[in-house]
Amino acid sequence: MLPPILGVLFDGLAYGMLLFLLSVGQSVTLGMMNFINLAHCSFAMLGGYVTVALMNRYGVPFFATLPCAFVAAAVVSVAFEQTFFRRLYRAGELDQVLLTIGIVFISVAVAAYFFGTDQQPLQLPSYLRTSLTFMGLRFAVYRLILLGLALLITIALVLGIEYTRFGARVRAAVDNERMARGLGIDVDRTFAITFALGSGLAGLGGALAIEIIGLDPSFALTYLIYVLIVVSVGGLGSITGSFTAAIVLGISDVAGKYYIPQLGAFLIYLVMITLLMWRPLGLLGRR
Amino acid sequence: MALAEKVTSPLAYLQAQTRWRPIEIVFWLATLLPYFLFPNYLSLASQIAITALFALSLDLILGYAGIVSLGHAAYFGVGAYAAGLVSKHGWGEPLTGLAMAAVAAGIVGYATSFVICRFRHLALIMLTTGFGLLLAELANSLGWLTGGMDGLQGIHTWKLLGAFRFDLFGYAAYSYALAMLFVLFLFARLVIHSPFGLSLRGIRENYVRMPAIGAPSRAHMRTIYTIAACIAGIAGALLAQTTETVSLDSLGFERSAEVVVVLVLGGAGRLYGGLVGAIIFMVARDQFSGIEPQFWYFWIGILLVGVVMLLPNGILGGLAKLTSRWSRS
Repeated sequence: MLPPILGVLFDGLAYGMLLFLLSVGQSVTLGMMNFINLAHCSFAMLGGYVTVALMNRYGVPFFATLPCAFVAAAVVSVAFEQTFFRRLYRAGELDQVLLTIGIVFISVAVAAYFFGTDQQPLQLPSYLRTSLTFMGLRFAVYRLILLGLALLITIALVLGIEYTRFGARVRAAVDNERMARGLGIDVDRTFAITFALGSGLAGLGGALAIEIIGLDPSFALTYLIYVLIVVSVGGLGSITGSFTAAIVLGISDVAGKYYIPQLGAFLIYLVMITLLMWRPLGLLGRR
Repeated sequence: MALAEKVTSPLAYLQAQTRWRPIEIVFWLATLLPYFLFPNYLSLASQIAITALFALSLDLILGYAGIVSLGHAAYFGVGAYAAGLVSKHGWGEPLTGLAMAAVAAGIVGYATSFVICRFRHLALIMLTTGFGLLLAELANSLGWLTGGMDGLQGIHTWKLLGAFRFDLFGYAAYSYALAMLFVLFLFARLVIHSPFGLSLRGIRENYVRMPAIGAPSRAHMRTIYTIAACIAGIAGALLAQTTETVSLDSLGFERSAEVVVVLVLGGAGRLYGGLVGAIIFMVARDQFSGIEPQFWYFWIGILLVGVVMLLPNGILGGLAKLTSRWSRS
């Protein structure tokens, strides 16, 4: 028999994977352009609503909606990047924060207008709602799939950044943007593609998140905090850093809610502040 | 600044800055208009004055010292809860309650300033946000003290100066809030036009280089952060005393974001920015109050995008640009 703490660990791990999917794009784009994009979770929310709308209104199967969520978030984010964000890369952090938080407010209102303020219902296919029993512990199939999918994506990202030509451009731009430009790398284009990829992953994360944490218009604000915690604790531009931070945050959040529920989110904020004071550049941050 | 070119010595520059311009006198006389023109809207006017004071406190750190904070409501909330608790437990005298709230917020501000002054950029934004969220969670979990989600009930504010009762019409409330706003505005004006105020602007422009000319950046940031926390606490206390209730949202993230919007709308880094922003923002919200709150946020969002894209220095910045172009031609 396995002790119940393993169940908590498993749930925390699945939750951490979700947080990783939501935040990895933010981490890389922030590391590249130093652009503080608070609207990142709005793109995640868009992915969630695309999945809900496709499933509930048009009867598209769940797994077929996931690529749509990815593509929708990626396309919309690039449109925003080209029209608004691009003009503020050289501006101060205040302008960036204001613009993107304005977009968050707009997205919350638009979501409420089209879908109402309620939690969105999502009926997963029955084979995803079962759970496996292994040595006395129950593991939900959905969470297992989520875990596997997130691990696959992480491996693909790490390998892609490490071994492809595009990955080398991204790394160069994160390390030293001006030098990369000097070497003839089209940083703006690299950034736009990275941005689309990151937002697409957030959209995918938003779609996968509905079953675990639900979806309502306040998603864009609530999970923004979690994403920022992952990014700033994990270190800008670091995929492995975000991965570690997301797992630590996921497990400590689930464990905190399970063992000391009266503390609520207090613990998370306290951990974040302490970590930031100790290492302002993040756990694995280099700059 | 045409003025800066004409004067020679730094002292003369500062003195020229402190001179009262006619438009300022007109502005402050106009704050008396609500008594005659809109006597039914005096409670709204007192809310505007409180928001203006809160935005003024943020202007000191954000507009002048360049400390971007998304958690400034923490000090507003500490002030509000301090004043509310003092009044609930038997001491409802407004002015001393205000002083106690200022001290409470100032202590919290001074304690946090040691952390705040060491960081810039994203870490700073995250830390201020984190402190704000931490305090909001704390107030939520200490239900026996703060009333939790239901808010702090049972506040009773005594008569102002022993003579003026806080009534529904808001005469006393507006006079009280306006007087406080004016006094603290004078104080902020004094601070900003002092050599200390100049060094704050230096910190905003280049945080690293200021110590090289003998101005200790961190110590100055701690001082101004504490002052701003005190003023924010007074604004919170004013709200608690005039409405006789304190709710959790006085500490919340939305309030922190809102006051940034108010300040930026008016123009950060200008003494009147927060004041002008508060008037426009609060009047607009009053007019829109029939709409559901989510849709009100839609317009705030549009406003933010518009201000950042089209009016980078707020309404006052835009006006200053227009007048300088007009006076040149």
